Amino acid sequence: MTSVVRNLRAVAVLGMVAGTMAAGTMLAGVPALAADPVKIGLILPMSGPFASTGKQIEAAVRLYQQVNGDSVAGRKVEVIVKDDTGVAPDMTKRLAQELVVKEKVSVLAGFGLTPLALSAAPVSEQAKTPMIVMAAASSVITTKSPYILRTSGTLPQSAATIAQWAAKNGATKMYSMVTDYGPGIDAETVFKTRFAASGGSVVGDVRIPLKNPDYGPFMQRAKDTAPDAIFAFVPSGEGASFMKEFAERGLAKAGVRLLATGDVTDDDILPAMGDAAIGTVTAHYYSAAHPSPENKAYVEAFRKANGGLRPNFMSVGGWDGMHLVYEVLRKTGGKADGDSFVAAAKGMSWTSPRGPVAIDADTRDIVQDIYLRKVERQDGELFNVEFDKVAAVKDPGKGG
Amino acid sequence: MVSLPAESPQASDHASRGRPVTRLERRSRWRWHEILFWLAVASCPLVVPDDLVLASQVLIAGLFALSLDLLLGYGGIVSLGHAAFFGVGAYAAGLLARHGWGEPISGLLLSGALAGLLGFALSFIIVRVRGIALLMVTLGVSLVLHEAAVKGYAVTGGDDGLQGIVLDPLLGLFPMDMWGRTAFGYSLAVAFAGFLLARRLVSSPFGLALQGMRENGRRMAAIGAPLRRHSALIYTVSAALAGVAGALLTQTTEFVSVEVLGFQRSAEVLIMLILGGAGHLYGAFIGAAVFMIVRDQLAAANPEYWFFWLGLMLVLVVLFARGGIIGGIATIAAHFRKGGSR
Repeated sequence: MTSVVRNLRAVAVLGMVAGTMAAGTMLAGVPALAADPVKIGLILPMSGPFASTGKQIEAAVRLYQQVNGDSVAGRKVEVIVKDDTGVAPDMTKRLAQELVVKEKVSVLAGFGLTPLALSAAPVSEQAKTPMIVMAAASSVITTKSPYILRTSGTLPQSAATIAQWAAKNGATKMYSMVTDYGPGIDAETVFKTRFAASGGSVVGDVRIPLKNPDYGPFMQRAKDTAPDAIFAFVPSGEGASFMKEFAERGLAKAGVRLLATGDVTDDDILPAMGDAAIGTVTAHYYSAAHPSPENKAYVEAFRKANGGLRPNFMSVGGWDGMHLVYEVLRKTGGKADGDSFVAAAKGMSWTSPRGPVAIDADTRDIVQDIYLRKVERQDGELFNVEFDKVAAVKDPGKGG
Repeated sequence: MVSLPAESPQASDHASRGRPVTRLERRSRWRWHEILFWLAVASCPLVVPDDLVLASQVLIAGLFALSLDLLLGYGGIVSLGHAAFFGVGAYAAGLLARHGWGEPISGLLLSGALAGLLGFALSFIIVRVRGIALLMVTLGVSLVLHEAAVKGYAVTGGDDGLQGIVLDPLLGLFPMDMWGRTAFGYSLAVAFAGFLLARRLVSSPFGLALQGMRENGRRMAAIGAPLRRHSALIYTVSAALAGVAGALLTQTTEFVSVEVLGFQRSAEVLIMLILGGAGHLYGAFIGAAVFMIVRDQLAAANPEYWFFWLGLMLVLVVLFARGGIIGGIATIAAHFRKGGSR
């Protein structure tokens, strides 16, 4: 009797193995049927704390194909979206590997945060697959593989611009608050050097944890040092809770101004921040209020396609990433191998919804105008209204 | 009898009432389905040649779950912070490789030894607490280590992860490749070795003593079993095995992120083990395979809301298949058999 039980159990285990194997075989998928489409593997945080980034970029990518058609230079462009949850670099790397090996993608794209982009960089280098960084903003990323191109921006671009503006506009004592990971440390370093070079002094600095940050105590500490202004960077999506604590701890009342990179007054969540955000000066590469016909058309189409959602700087990174793919394919006549792709992309320039942009031929990083903006109410909604700009900013984080 | 088949290895042993030695001999004999299981796993490169990266990560997760199975399924010691050892192993392997020690196998063993050492040190606390306090202590240790890794930016790379890990080719012959072939072969060899060790351990007198502890610690103490020494030993072995799994992840992905120490990893390994069935050895691997393959499929089909389906599946398994997948299927099988013999 017991031996029968044991045998049945064995059968059960076997069944499990068979099931597992079957699932694995299913995973292997069916070979592509259509005449050789160009596949883009889009790895984004679609769930978890940074899901808003993934949502914005995916929406922009879909919109680009909707507006410009889904084929270019005689080849269909197919986008495969994968979710890496935003906090698991080992998963990002595996997804990148699978996309290259299994799906045979020609281009890897997306990459919400710096650690995720860094983990996938070796895959791009080994497989000679172009990798378009649409969000992550540490300087160092583009140096990690000769096939990496960036269509978002770098933190030093914004941080250097705001540092110079702050020094010119009467701030002498500033306090730096950044999130404790790659881009934050980049921002802090560049801000400190640029601000000091312009004659200001940083009276204190703090790095806030990336996960589950509580801004209250940090605000209090900043307030206690009585600076003229605070310099801040937090990742896209975190701005609302940052702003809430800034208001609640009464820093504005104590005469402390808030100067930040545009990540803090992210267009996606800015409308929900309320009057506390008004007057915040930021430097960044994209504002939904950018006054240009290209941007007007972009914002309108984006809102229409996404139930009124306002596009933010993440979305424009996705849009321009797709534009880069399309333009490169047009230039190479549909050739999408890594070397021809990157060679064609180097030095390319176009007019994006954010303004004129170019791909630096040396660093493969983006060159773009950085705007100075102030949060104002326009037609009843809060916007980052641009009032000045620094033209064609190269990434200062690479010593350029 | 109805409830017993869910734990049939133990059940059949109770029923046979043989001398302890013959019982142990019988238990340690290889059964045909075990051989088939490993043959099936080894056939992955032929059956699913494009999914070896996932397969190797399943094996690594399975090995990690196995280390927890020794502790929880056999020793009855709960842990909410098993990722502490996994993470220490992962970082040790990463730091070794980054600072010139690129030989994989010795790196793996050293990392496992380091995690085991930490386990041994902690076991002095672990053996003194039980129940909720034990959960808190294990959770606390992993949180402390996680924070240390985040703050130790200069050493660990903080939230950006540890970069620049360069590994020598395995055995001087096989470098890690894009398709995950080396990663799979290496993971399979290490997971199988770990499994052999665990199997040998649980079918030894020490393994029986552990199960006695799990079932009734007071009675074991009354018959003179050195409970604390047993607990400390199994905790150390389990920690070392978890460290090996962590090191294996580092070596096959050539990257370490702070997530290796995260609470989510501790929780997931517990889920995998419960899903597969604790106290079965194979439950660890089957739980890991089902969890990761289902997650992969759901995330591909539904990139935004797949956590919902995963959660639903877990609730259903825990409600309707007590003893995990292995236990559940065995129960169903037993019912059929009963019906048939009537």
